[in-house]
Amino acid sequence: MSIEQKFYVSAPPHIKTEQDARYLMYQVIIALIPATAAGLIFFGWHAAGVLLISIISSIFWEKIVMYIKKEKRELDGSEIVTGLLLGLNLSPLVPWWIPLVGTFIAIVLAKELFGGIGFNIFNPALIARAFLLASWPMDMTTWMAPFNGLSQATPLTLLKLKGILTPYLTLFLGNRGGCIGETSVLALLIGAGYLFYKGVIDWRTPIPYILTVGFLSLVLGKDPIFNMIAGGLILGAFFMATDYTTTPITKPGRIIFGVGCGIVTSLIRFYGGYPEGVSYSILFMNALTPLIDKWTIPKPFGYKKGVRV
Amino acid sequence: MSFFKALVNGLWKENPILVLMIGLCPTLAVSTAAINGVYMGLAATFVLVGSNFIISLIRKWVPDQIRIPIFITIIATFVTIVDMVMHAYAPDMYKILGIFIPLMVVNCIILGRAEAFAYQKGVIESIGDGMGMGLGFTLILLILGGIRELLGNGTLFGIQVMPLAYKPVLLMILPPGAFLTIGFLQALQRYKGGNSR
Repeated sequence: MSIEQKFYVSAPPHIKTEQDARYLMYQVIIALIPATAAGLIFFGWHAAGVLLISIISSIFWEKIVMYIKKEKRELDGSEIVTGLLLGLNLSPLVPWWIPLVGTFIAIVLAKELFGGIGFNIFNPALIARAFLLASWPMDMTTWMAPFNGLSQATPLTLLKLKGILTPYLTLFLGNRGGCIGETSVLALLIGAGYLFYKGVIDWRTPIPYILTVGFLSLVLGKDPIFNMIAGGLILGAFFMATDYTTTPITKPGRIIFGVGCGIVTSLIRFYGGYPEGVSYSILFMNALTPLIDKWTIPKPFGYKKGVRV
Repeated sequence: MSFFKALVNGLWKENPILVLMIGLCPTLAVSTAAINGVYMGLAATFVLVGSNFIISLIRKWVPDQIRIPIFITIIATFVTIVDMVMHAYAPDMYKILGIFIPLMVVNCIILGRAEAFAYQKGVIESIGDGMGMGLGFTLILLILGGIRELLGNGTLFGIQVMPLAYKPVLLMILPPGAFLTIGFLQALQRYKGGNSR
């Protein structure tokens, strides 16, 4: 046996775990189960239809792209996460073709045209949501009251247009109008706890994000607890602002990302025309991610400016 | 370079929008409907042919130092003609295109071709270049406006094409729709045009 065969020469890192992209994606899917279940309980078969169409159609679009690009690889689970997240970001009352078009935008336009998984600049599910919201504002903002199928405004819209404050407990349990996945804070926190336990996500983005919204609400004379648990903030902070591809790599960068998201969300909520700003704030900070990464490159130990070894 | 070669060059191989990527501002702004694109494109073509012709005619007598003011004056003359003619004979379109008619004076395509082509080449070629660039601009505006109007409004040249059940993609007639469509057209040009770098 020659020496080359005894020693395997490779670039670092040398110690690897079993965590590949597919493992991480399945962890996220597991973490989204409580929120999905809560959505199904509150919105019934409306929600089931939307989620089913968005997951199946995103797998379908991924397969189409793979066929066109003649790629022979297995699905890595990211399209299921994208489809599920898009579905959870839609109203239960959207027409059947909305998730179909949405997943086309997410998978083909926002992900595969940029080079596939790991190369997209913006969060695919949020691009799809922004596209749908700009294209069909009426269909996208017809919300449903839990259990009965009647239409009802979201707590943030009620507050902005009519000044009605929804009780905290209703918001926390999720018995209110809104996107399928955003209503139950309790279910989302269970999922987020699982992700923290498994080490899939870092606290540095979601916690500063939520605290910034709370702090700005307090400073600007709004109700901080209401603003922290209403709308899509919990869903966005734990499941979309923590996406690996579209958020900063460095630790200080992640904090900057979270604080920036919080500022933009608060500005849109308090001064903007839309009642909710979570999706736009994350997209906006996605655009700044390369810049933040560049600013926060860590200094190597013992590095001095101008000295080259 | 012959007249014909210069003309084809502008139409496809060096299309001002898809390859040179100049004059994007009016392109993105007026291409919400196919008919706007046609008017805008033909107006620009007229100005381009006229200014290229005059500039290549007088290029031997223009001092280098003050060529840009001279170009602008010549271009402005033709733009004023278009502006007044359109105001008189197509007032509705004049209102839609609005500020983008007078802004043609500083349009990148027209000034760019004056500087890069007409100032250095003969009269016949310069007319060919002006026509090619102008018609290439018109073609892209027509395609861009057509796609955006069809998807964003369900009509083509103001006639309902899509079935009434079709819900228009509002985004397509908003600014992002223009960027999306132009990106796809540029990709298509690179793919089919054979001059990918």
